[in-house]
Amino acid sequence: MKIHEYQAKELFQKYNIPTQGGIVIEDATKADEAVDKLGGNLWVVKAQVHAGGRGKGGGVKLAKNKEEVIKYVKQILGMTLITAQTGEEGILVRKVYIAKAEDIKKEYYFGIVLDRNLEMPVMIASTEGGVEIEKIAKESPEKIHKVAIDPQIGICDFQIRELAKTLNFNKIVSRRFSLFARNLYQFYMNSDAEMVEINPMILTDDDQLIALDAKVSFDDNALGRHKDIAEMQDFFEEEESEIEAHKYGLNYIKLDGNVGCMVNGAGLAMSTMDIIKDEGGEPANFLDVGGNANAETVAKGFELILKDSNVKAIFVNIFGGIVRCDRIANGIIKATEITEVKVPVIVRLEGTNSKEALEILRKVNIANLISANDLKDGAKKSVQTAIGV
Amino acid sequence: MSILVNKNSKVIVQGFTGKEGTFHAQNCLDYGTNVVGGVSPGKGGKIHLGKPVFDSVKEAVQATSADVSLIFVPPIFASDAIIEAAFAGIIVIVCITEGIPVKDAMIAKKIVEKHNAVLIGPNCPGIITPDEAKIGIMPGFIFKKGSIGLISKSGTLTYEAAHQVAQVGFGISTAIGIGGDPIIGSTFIDLLKLFNEDDETEAVVIIGEIGGDLEIQAADYIKKYFKKPVVAFIAGQTAPKDKRMGHAGAIISSGSGTAQEKMDALSEAGVSVAKNPAIIGETLKKMIEENCKNI
Repeated sequence: MKIHEYQAKELFQKYNIPTQGGIVIEDATKADEAVDKLGGNLWVVKAQVHAGGRGKGGGVKLAKNKEEVIKYVKQILGMTLITAQTGEEGILVRKVYIAKAEDIKKEYYFGIVLDRNLEMPVMIASTEGGVEIEKIAKESPEKIHKVAIDPQIGICDFQIRELAKTLNFNKIVSRRFSLFARNLYQFYMNSDAEMVEINPMILTDDDQLIALDAKVSFDDNALGRHKDIAEMQDFFEEEESEIEAHKYGLNYIKLDGNVGCMVNGAGLAMSTMDIIKDEGGEPANFLDVGGNANAETVAKGFELILKDSNVKAIFVNIFGGIVRCDRIANGIIKATEITEVKVPVIVRLEGTNSKEALEILRKVNIANLISANDLKDGAKKSVQTAIGV
Repeated sequence: MSILVNKNSKVIVQGFTGKEGTFHAQNCLDYGTNVVGGVSPGKGGKIHLGKPVFDSVKEAVQATSADVSLIFVPPIFASDAIIEAAFAGIIVIVCITEGIPVKDAMIAKKIVEKHNAVLIGPNCPGIITPDEAKIGIMPGFIFKKGSIGLISKSGTLTYEAAHQVAQVGFGISTAIGIGGDPIIGSTFIDLLKLFNEDDETEAVVIIGEIGGDLEIQAADYIKKYFKKPVVAFIAGQTAPKDKRMGHAGAIISSGSGTAQEKMDALSEAGVSVAKNPAIIGETLKKMIEENCKNI
């Protein structure tokens, strides 16, 4: 789960990580008050969306007086921000963050992420702050420094010294950095974060280190033990249909094609998309109905798929293990009673009780129901139906 | 022969008296697995499914000499269950639980390694040596006995592959679902090493997916050390970037971990890569026939 910059900064402050504070507003009329409260003579106005690259898209502005702050707040609030990460459709800005601008002597990159190969968190630092880390990695990988932290020991002094040296910090800054790094690691571990990225972390004219930006995502599986963080989820940032699916224990991801898919198991669901493509079609979605599929979940699945008007055919691909195919067949019948299924449904049922299932489907006369012999046959028929061959 | 588990494996079930534990323990017993008891803290001394219940893994091991554990404990407590099994001397720990926090899995894995135990999963269907032991949630009847090793990150795709292996006239020596989480116990390489030494396994099928680079590491190992023919399929060729495809670990992040790069690495290592999931069996058959010709 991702959170906004202003939320991440609130969490940083709880861990005594020096952070550029600010005020978040959703209503442009509150800008005036916010500036008064913050004080100072130079401010930044930043769009609060989950996508990165906000500055380039016009979502971050520097304001020299109150009038400018108000002007930029009005400009950014309600705009559709398009960045490298949002795609062409962009993302609606519902919140802006106003902060006092800081004197910047130098910008750094600093973060922690799980390294799946090392199976440990890795602390990453670079002198090339303010630039996308992927870009640094590509163009000057020697400027990225990493230390892997054994979670059973925690971060060690020598590792912090190593990073401080690569960042060319003097003695005083190194001491500040040590505390900064320790607190950030504590935050990362205690809150089950998946990724923490501070880009940039800045050194001010008076040698203070400050987190100027904050990007954090958390391990979804651990949210159960962090109620305060779970409450930070911004549903406006998520695909509506995906949230709806989660409520019913379904895993749904919308795609751009026209062949809807309903499958049990994530791996089979992914490879069902693959075989549709291989047969010359385009999948409309990823949908894993899970191990406990029943009539209601199948009906919900049809409903979700059919919300997408591009869908011209639905391929139901079930390999029954613990899930019995006869139950799925009854589910399909019930689903067609609950939801009007207007497009042809191609059904491939294999595994536990598949013969009984096919018998059940044969007996009832559902228009638009096409049965498939195997995976390839099912994919082929689905693609042909969708393109109208 | 087979790897890791066979008819002599003595299995205990952690989370034995819970709903999932009960259902699947019964299925394993019906299959013929030597389930010798189970663990449910606070319920020690009772009899469940005709087998003794213990308060701790340690007590269960002392009383039954169990060497394999099958875990159905809720996600927040699952890493504790894994660590408990390792401390009690269990050799093969199979964790079915889905949704374990990554931090917990990371630490549990390190402790299992310290105890020289083998962890399968979490978030996996388990392990099966056909006609001998089913230690997991897979439907046993799909797995016919034979000489093909099967290692897979996905549950239903394991069944699909085992079904196709049977359709082309072969069977399975041992099949292992390793799970699709970002951190898993045994990886492709760990199990390939065991299959390399197993006389009964003549060829191996590996089923990978997007995310991470375990498949690429496997390709490197196969190229250098693996003596037997390998067929592979990688799920998620059409998956969009930065979207988690059901499994916590199935995500293409920063453009790496794509299906294509894994398929390329495996092909380059001499593996026969099935382009789509419907031709896993067919690809295996063709490869084995060609291998026979060469001999």
